[in-house]
Amino acid sequence: MAAYAGIFDLFGLREWCDAGKTKSLMSLRQLKGEDPAWWEIPFPSLDNLHKACGSIPQTRDFTAWLENGFLAIRPSLRVVLDPLTQPLSWALDGALTLFTTLPWWCLVPIILVGTMLSSKSSRITAFVAACFAFFLFTDHYGYAVQTLSIIFVCTVLCAILGVPTGILMSKNDTAQRVITPVLDMLQTLPTFVYLIPLIFLFKITEPKLYGLAIILYSIVPVIRLTNLGIRLVDRDVIEAANAYGMTARQKLVQVEIPLALPNIMAGINQTIMMSLAMVVIASLVSAPGLGTLVLDGINNLRLGVGFVAGFGIVLLAIILDRVSKAALARVDESRKI
Amino acid sequence: MSTADKQVKIAVRNLYKIFGDDPASILPMLSDGIDKADIQRRTGHVIGLNNINVDISAGLITVIMGLSGSGKSTLIRHLNRLIEPTAGEIEMDGDDIMAYDSGRLRALRQTRMSMVFQKFALLPHRTVLQNTMLAPEIRGENGSASTEEAVKWIHRVGLEGCEDSFPHQLSGGMQQRVGLARALTSNAEVMLMDEAFSALDPLIRTSMQDLLLELQQDLHKTIVFITHDLDEALKLADHLVILKDGFIVQQGEPQHILLNPSDPYIEEFVSDINRARVLKVRSIMDGNRRAKANHGEVDSGMSLESLIAHAEGDIDRSFAVHDDGARVGTITMKAVFKALVRYDLAGTGRTNNGAG
Ligand SMILES: Nc1ncnc2c1ncn2[C@@H]1O[C@H](COP(=O)(O)OP(=O)(O)OP(=O)(O)O)[C@@H](O)[C@H]1O
Ligand SMILES: [Mg+2]
Repeated sequence: MAAYAGIFDLFGLREWCDAGKTKSLMSLRQLKGEDPAWWEIPFPSLDNLHKACGSIPQTRDFTAWLENGFLAIRPSLRVVLDPLTQPLSWALDGALTLFTTLPWWCLVPIILVGTMLSSKSSRITAFVAACFAFFLFTDHYGYAVQTLSIIFVCTVLCAILGVPTGILMSKNDTAQRVITPVLDMLQTLPTFVYLIPLIFLFKITEPKLYGLAIILYSIVPVIRLTNLGIRLVDRDVIEAANAYGMTARQKLVQVEIPLALPNIMAGINQTIMMSLAMVVIASLVSAPGLGTLVLDGINNLRLGVGFVAGFGIVLLAIILDRVSKAALARVDESRKI
Repeated sequence: MSTADKQVKIAVRNLYKIFGDDPASILPMLSDGIDKADIQRRTGHVIGLNNINVDISAGLITVIMGLSGSGKSTLIRHLNRLIEPTAGEIEMDGDDIMAYDSGRLRALRQTRMSMVFQKFALLPHRTVLQNTMLAPEIRGENGSASTEEAVKWIHRVGLEGCEDSFPHQLSGGMQQRVGLARALTSNAEVMLMDEAFSALDPLIRTSMQDLLLELQQDLHKTIVFITHDLDEALKLADHLVILKDGFIVQQGEPQHILLNPSDPYIEEFVSDINRARVLKVRSIMDGNRRAKANHGEVDSGMSLESLIAHAEGDIDRSFAVHDDGARVGTITMKAVFKALVRYDLAGTGRTNNGAG
């Protein structure tokens, strides 16, 4: 007899329990007719209760129910989400096509000029040039450019969405209370867990699947640091702005955002680094780039391929970090008190 | 030079400010005369201002003085409503400021009141010129006229050649000159200065005070100046208001307060001052225009220190006092030396004499 059967009998629920019951398999002990000793009593989990009463669902029924529920709402969710996220697919596709079709002798100089303009440092520019020479020599250039274009699109979108959200949070305590737990969750969820609902929602061939995963994962720091930066703006300066009769809008554009800019840039630097981390994992869901080589190395035990691609990712990380930090340092310099 | 016949620019009437959750509930307690510390202990509310009545005269410097926490900053921030009062009225040119909606209040701050801050409060990402042009820029006047105006004031406060520097490249004194230029460029009639010179070291502070007085001779702005330093207050003030725990202990002409302190708190304040340097002949002369004066004429604005030097320390001399060429009174050196003795010691001196 199952451990909790007595309880259901006691309340006269046997009939309800056995409705539609098919004879289930019995354990060896049950066959022998032995009851388990009292200290072996199991926790009344779904599975154990199911043994005593067939009408109670098993855990596996529960997960199946979740899955079916998800599948049931999927079409209606997609009606809403598809038009919203379609531009993301276009942007990713567009950027990938643009950057990969531009010939190397055209794109590399553009990147170097961009580096020089944003960092104002010839050392960093030389380092970037050396890295690209490495990518070109080892035939990893195409993959590196794919990775870069994904990061570029996702970072721009993170900034476009994250900065206004951060401003909203800094102006409105209710918004801060509501959004902070969401950000906490996004930051603590293991990266693989993100992918699960996204895989359900979108086809694995759609770029927006990995685009969304990257944006959700890496938008957190830019929101947090924008909020923090604006809240930390010197109260005396805000008071001066008020004393000279600035409107809320003038204050935001001329005082708060410029003074919070070092923090916002620090947030964007972290966002870039996190989207690089995610774009590697997102190769599991068909994100192109260096990550696919790493994945290939793991799946097919090709140590060399995985190792060189991994090294390439490290180089990209250093490039992105140095360039964004150099730009940040320049902003900091002009904002000292 | 009495302030009574001057035109009142800003009138503050029965102004109360209480910080806390339910300020209105505290108001009745104040009329019962319960003091600040008591109310704070019993209700957790802080008295910021307690029944303030001040007339701020047009074209003069009104100095508000008091120890830290006496409510000076709170009071000055009521004048442009950076802080809203719990009760009371503020009128500017006869207009009730408290009735202003946010649009009119902004217009008031943009055009009629400027402010200088203790910690300068410049925009760190803007050059000196851009900082100075803040007020016209907020008003939407970006033309070359505003630039010229800003450059004019930058030169006037002695910062030629610094137009394109950033604040962090300047010393504290220079930064406050930018703060001053910014206030002057706004062209407002009223200038609020909250401990504007307190963060500067003594020499620079003196030169900033001189600069302010020199500017004031030409501009005749209505200035409200806050300080916790009596020397500064006496140097700048046409009208002096002394605050303590949020209420006004005494207000009036500074020389008058110095000679007639109404309260032990003020006596303590004035006890360390160099009276010879601060007191003017005008304040202690005898109003008799015909009395015999055996050693010629002196100016009514002369300090006692200069007069003693002028008299070569001779206690028997007396002088005719003139103001703008007309005789206004007589001063004897005996009166001068008496005035130099501290208010609280004057009495003891006399009893000693009597006993001896
Ligand atoms: N926002 C506030 N909330 C609560 N109490 C306040 C607030 N602002 C000021 N106070 C209190 O009001 C009193 C007056 O403060 P205020 O800043 O006006 O003093 P102050 O004379 O300017 O002093 P200081 O010379 O230090 O600047 C102080 O006791 C202070 O603690
Ligand atoms: Mg203060």
